Amino acid sequence: MFAEAALAALDDAGVAREDVEALNYGNFMGTLAEHQGHQAPLMAEAAGLECPATRYEEACASAGVAVRNAVQSIRSGEHDVMVVGGMERMNNLGTVGATEALAIAADELFEVRAGMTFPGAYALMARAYFEEYGGSREDLAHVAVKNHENALVNEYAQYQRELTVEEAMESQPIAEPLHLFDSCPITDGASALVLVSQRYAKENDVDAPVAIVGSGQGVDKMALQDREYLARTPAATRAAEMAYDEAAVSPDEVDVAEVHDCFTIAEVLALESLGFYDVGEAVGAARRGETTAEGDLPVNLSGGLKAKGHPVGATGGSQIVEMTRLLRGDHPNSEHVPDARLGVTHNAGGTVASAVVHVLEVDR
Amino acid sequence: MSYDADDEGFTEWRDALDTDEPYYLECENGHGSLPPRRVCPQCGSRELSEAPLPETGSVETFTVVHVAPPQFVDDVPYVTALAAFGPVQITGVLRGVDHEDVETGLAVTATVETTETKDEPLVVFRPAD
Repeated sequence: MFAEAALAALDDAGVAREDVEALNYGNFMGTLAEHQGHQAPLMAEAAGLECPATRYEEACASAGVAVRNAVQSIRSGEHDVMVVGGMERMNNLGTVGATEALAIAADELFEVRAGMTFPGAYALMARAYFEEYGGSREDLAHVAVKNHENALVNEYAQYQRELTVEEAMESQPIAEPLHLFDSCPITDGASALVLVSQRYAKENDVDAPVAIVGSGQGVDKMALQDREYLARTPAATRAAEMAYDEAAVSPDEVDVAEVHDCFTIAEVLALESLGFYDVGEAVGAARRGETTAEGDLPVNLSGGLKAKGHPVGATGGSQIVEMTRLLRGDHPNSEHVPDARLGVTHNAGGTVASAVVHVLEVDR
Repeated sequence: MSYDADDEGFTEWRDALDTDEPYYLECENGHGSLPPRRVCPQCGSRELSEAPLPETGSVETFTVVHVAPPQFVDDVPYVTALAAFGPVQITGVLRGVDHEDVETGLAVTATVETTETKDEPLVVFRPAD
C-alpha cells in the first residue's frame, strides 16, 4: 500500500528515486495491528528508496509531524528532496480490536481503564460543547452530510456515498451524543508526497506550484481530566498561530481547509482553533452552508476523515496531498475553489493532545 | 490486553478512593493533580504533597458508551463521566442512575468497584446522598 502511494507521488513529482535523501514515515498502530515494528526501512525498501528512513508516531497526527519535520529538514538545508507519508492497516483487527488499539492513544491509567474509547472521549467533548455554547446533534449531522457529499467525486475516498441528515440522526449510538455517522470509519490506506527545496525545483526544472509556507505544532495535556478546557482545543490554536505567523497570513485570508474530522465535533473544534470562527460559533457552520463546497470557506472538499477515510498514521500526509491537488486545480473538487491561493491543513493526535497545522500557497 | 506493568502511584491512589482518606496531589502553588507525578503539570513545581480529596464531586460531562473495547464488552451500555472534585477532575464510570436521568452538575462520590466484563478494578461514581 505504501509503495503504491510513494510511486504515484514520485511519478507525479517527476523526481528520480536516486535523488530522494530521506523518508519520513507516519504509522501509529502497526506494532499492534501487524505485529511489525521498525516499519520505516521496510517501507523505504518497498518503495525502492535507498535512503535513511524514520518512523514518526504521534497517534492520528503521525504523518502531520512527519511532514513538519521534513519541512524543517529542507528549510535547514540538510536535505533537498524527501518522501513523506504514512500507512495504516486497521481492518484486520475488526471493530472491537481497532477500538482497543486506537484507545492506546488515550491515557491508559485514567481514561482507558474508566472505559473511555475514542468516540467516548470526543462524546465527552461534544457534550461539554453543547452545554457551554449550545448546538445539537443535528448541527453535527450536517458536518457528516457535507463531507460525504464532497467525497462523491473523490476517487481516493473510502465512501463515495451520499448521506442524509435523517440517516445520520437515526444511526446507532456509539458513545452518546455521538452516533455511527458522527464517526470516521476504520480504514486501510497510505499517503505519500515528495517535498523538494526551492533550489532543487529550480535547478531540476520541477513543476512545483504549491509550497508549504507555514508549519506549526501544539501540545495539550494528554488526558481530558487534566485540561483547562473540555470544549476547546488549544493545541490546535497554538499550532495555527505558529503556522500563520510563519506564513505571514491571517485566518481570514484562507480560501480552503482540510481539517481533522475524526468525529463531527472535531471539525467544529478545529474551525474555532484555526481562527475561522469565534469560540462557540462553528457548530452551525455546515448547517448554514458556510463550509460546504458552495460556501465562503469550503472545508474538507476531499470528504474529510469522515468519508475519505482515516488510515490513522497516513492521514496527515493525505491532507497535504488533497490540498495540493485542490490548489493546483487537478482535484475533482477544484472547481469549487478556482481562485484559491491559500489552503490550511489541520491534523490532530488523540483528543488533540497533539496538533499540526500547515499553510499551503499556490503560485498562480 | 493485559499487562504485568507495575502502576505504582496510580494503584495506591485508586485504592485510597475506597478508604476514609482519598487524596490528590497539591503543589506549593495550590494546583491539583493525580499520581503518579514528580512535577506539577500546570506550573512545573516539584513540591508535591498529598491533600484530602473532597468527598463529593460534580459531573462536568458524560457519555453513554455503546461500543466498547474488549475489557468492557459486557458492561455496555455504561456511562463514562468526568467529575470535578475540588481542583482535580477524575474520569470514572457512573453507576446508580438511569442513563436518561444523568445530567451535568450531578453530585457524586467516587469509589472503587469492578468491571462486569473482567472483574477489573474500576473508578466508579455514585450519586451523593
